[in-house]
Amino acid sequence: MSILIDRTKRVLVQGITGREGQSRTRLMRGYGTQVVAGVTPGRGGQTVEGVPVFDTVTEAWEHVGPIDISVLFIPAPLVKSAALEAIDAGVKLLVIVPDRVPIYDVLTIARRAKETGARFIGPNTLGVLSPGQGVLGMIGGRAAAAKSWFFPGPVGISSRSGGITTSMAYYLARAGIGATTLVHVGGDAVVGLPHPDVMLEFERDPETKAVVMFGEIGTSQEERVADLIASGAFTKPLIAYIGGKAAQSGTRFSHAGAIVEGGRGTYAGKVARLREVGATVVEEFMELPQATKRVLASL
Amino acid sequence: MARLHEHEGKRLLQEAGIAIPRGRVASQPEEAAAIAQEIVAPVMVKIQAWITGRASVGGIKRAATPAEAEAAARSLLGMQAQGFTVTQVLVEEQLDVAQEFYAGVIVDDREQAPLVMFSSVGGTGIEEIAAQHPQQVAHRHVDIAFGLQDYQARDLVRRTGIHGKLQRQLGALLVKLYQTARRYEARSAEINPLVLTGDGKLYAADCRITVDDYAVFRHPELGIAIAREYNRPPTRLEKLAYQVEADDYRGTFYFIQMAQDFQKGAGYIGFHGAGGGGSMMSMDAILRQGYKVATFVDTSGNPPASKVYRAAKIVLAVGPIDGYFGSGSGVASQEQFYSARGLFKAFLEEQVDVPIVIRLGGNAEDKAVEILESLNGRIPAPVEGYKKDDSPDFCAQRLDTLIKEAAQQPPRPRTQPQHPAPQRPYSFATVTGGTVTLDHAVCATCESKICIQACARHILTLNEAGLPVLNIPLDEAARGKCVECLACEVDCLLYGAGGGHVDLPLPDVD
Ligand code: SF4
Ligand code: SF4
Repeated sequence: MSILIDRTKRVLVQGITGREGQSRTRLMRGYGTQVVAGVTPGRGGQTVEGVPVFDTVTEAWEHVGPIDISVLFIPAPLVKSAALEAIDAGVKLLVIVPDRVPIYDVLTIARRAKETGARFIGPNTLGVLSPGQGVLGMIGGRAAAAKSWFFPGPVGISSRSGGITTSMAYYLARAGIGATTLVHVGGDAVVGLPHPDVMLEFERDPETKAVVMFGEIGTSQEERVADLIASGAFTKPLIAYIGGKAAQSGTRFSHAGAIVEGGRGTYAGKVARLREVGATVVEEFMELPQATKRVLASL
Repeated sequence: MARLHEHEGKRLLQEAGIAIPRGRVASQPEEAAAIAQEIVAPVMVKIQAWITGRASVGGIKRAATPAEAEAAARSLLGMQAQGFTVTQVLVEEQLDVAQEFYAGVIVDDREQAPLVMFSSVGGTGIEEIAAQHPQQVAHRHVDIAFGLQDYQARDLVRRTGIHGKLQRQLGALLVKLYQTARRYEARSAEINPLVLTGDGKLYAADCRITVDDYAVFRHPELGIAIAREYNRPPTRLEKLAYQVEADDYRGTFYFIQMAQDFQKGAGYIGFHGAGGGGSMMSMDAILRQGYKVATFVDTSGNPPASKVYRAAKIVLAVGPIDGYFGSGSGVASQEQFYSARGLFKAFLEEQVDVPIVIRLGGNAEDKAVEILESLNGRIPAPVEGYKKDDSPDFCAQRLDTLIKEAAQQPPRPRTQPQHPAPQRPYSFATVTGGTVTLDHAVCATCESKICIQACARHILTLNEAGLPVLNIPLDEAARGKCVECLACEVDCLLYGAGGGHVDLPLPDVD
């Protein structure tokens, strides 16, 4: 099994006629994702990679039937409107790929999503990939690469960095460890489905035996994962690496959204809190595969 | 995040109807005296700097007379505050303080909503006060669809034990503060201290507002030149980098200058990462080898080769680095030869003579490493490219080894690349103000015509004479159909006759 994406999910691509939309539709279809429709306002009637394009999400829904997931390749300033459109049309899971979405737009999307029971991954996410099942977004870049890099197995992968999502899964695969699903939660300070929510998804998935997490300084996501372990809501073994040890307090590196404010969100605080509740935290990124092997062997 | 200076933030508060002390900024001592003269009362003279604890570094002075204000300004202007020079002071009336409070709005990632906070005690050390007296601090989340309502704000104040007219005044002020934060899309907006004067009026005595970087484009009225969270004014190279980023929306280029005025041999590395997480991890790897980084750079999100080229040029301008280290997540979804070409062109032009190690793991890494390593023999420096099976630590160790080896050897000669004026130039403009020039005199001698197949957008074709030309109108190339992949320069040099050249100027910031 897997979480969030599998072969049965019917997927829409918003912004399908753009440079990224087009090439990532090729990746998603090539990997086995059921892309049933695309939307670009004013481009209804065209087809992209064999996928019919509609003017609005509601129109797409009327023509192709229910849509489970929408993946957005939309310029950042237009994301809010596109996301609200998908939510209002009834889509329950959104993957918001673009970077630089204004934070109050994200809050507005979150508000509407909560009200309607919808969820969103991102913004600033590479997406989600379940090996052998399907991909949302752009993990792997090309279907051939994604097929050769990842294979199904017992660990769930959750990361706050896009590149690390891929490399973590690749290095685990090279050590013989396959994955149920790879999730890039998104690099921004406010994301729709942060680490703790992903952990709860993995908790419900019977195939996931352990979870490997890439955390980062800033925000309270990793601390909240520790809270879930402490409260017994998340019971599977967790192997983690926290990036940003060298970052100075107050300096944000890149769009990683890594902001250190006061005592919250620091490297030392996150590591200590996770270890306190029994998670395995490695000091070096490259130790993750071996540490994961040991944890799996002990199950 | 784009931080506003105190006086800029106060202007926004005043616009929203929150009272601020009378006063203005001055950049000359005489101006400070004139402002004090207008105010006709004792004044405060405060440095305008994005640092915490201005009072503790002596950045805030009281002045009873215009002459004292002038003297205070003279001592403050030009002072060094955590590595930068003060250029402005705020001169404003001293308040008759009866009581101090704290008011703030921040974006809470946990609840995905704005959070309003009020404390019945304010002033310096608010964090400790809040921890010691939790009953004096109240906060609540705001429903972004409805905004903060007056009754909600009053109830917040009520919870800290304040009643009567003051409760109403404070409630109204909190609503205005929230509206200001919302309107200008602030990641945080704080008034500390919020002062109640002897005559019963509320004033924002200090203010810190940080605007969301990603929303700065919607607020030209704020005049924010660089939407980055530096705690000092940007350096020349940072301005340059920001301009490159602003001029080209494709991919992300993030640049922080970490050192200035350093010496050769001091162990500074030009660090050039790709992707937030991978960059930090790779930087950790180079720090573990005992080096320092002169730059923190991230080019990611599928940037064109031209952007990586400009980034590398800016890194190389930082000073006498001892090595160049490039490394990202290691397993990039993007095709890596675009970055390789950008780096190749920059290193070749600058004739870099310090060791270069670049980890180019990901899609098409073989081709990327081949391009990069073709620099060996073309520049004085040794160059090594690595792939996804090589760890950041291994690559950092390689750089260390190369640097130590280079120290044992005599400097290698530079061979300035020859750029003879093209004899039969065929040129067109690119989307970032660059120019592609194909010298048809050279192309006529070229057997491979590699540019035709290597061009990322396949916009080059051979004409009747067998020479490469655009198969689209010139203006379409200039509007972005030419994606500046640099194949017609780099692949042409390596596998063709070298007739192609792409000129990519850096923006002018001075
Ligand atoms: S590869 Fe270079 S020299 Fe050969 S035809 Fe193309 S531009 Fe001219
Ligand atoms: S003309 Fe083609 S090969 Fe040359 S830079 Fe532009 S896209 Fe690349």
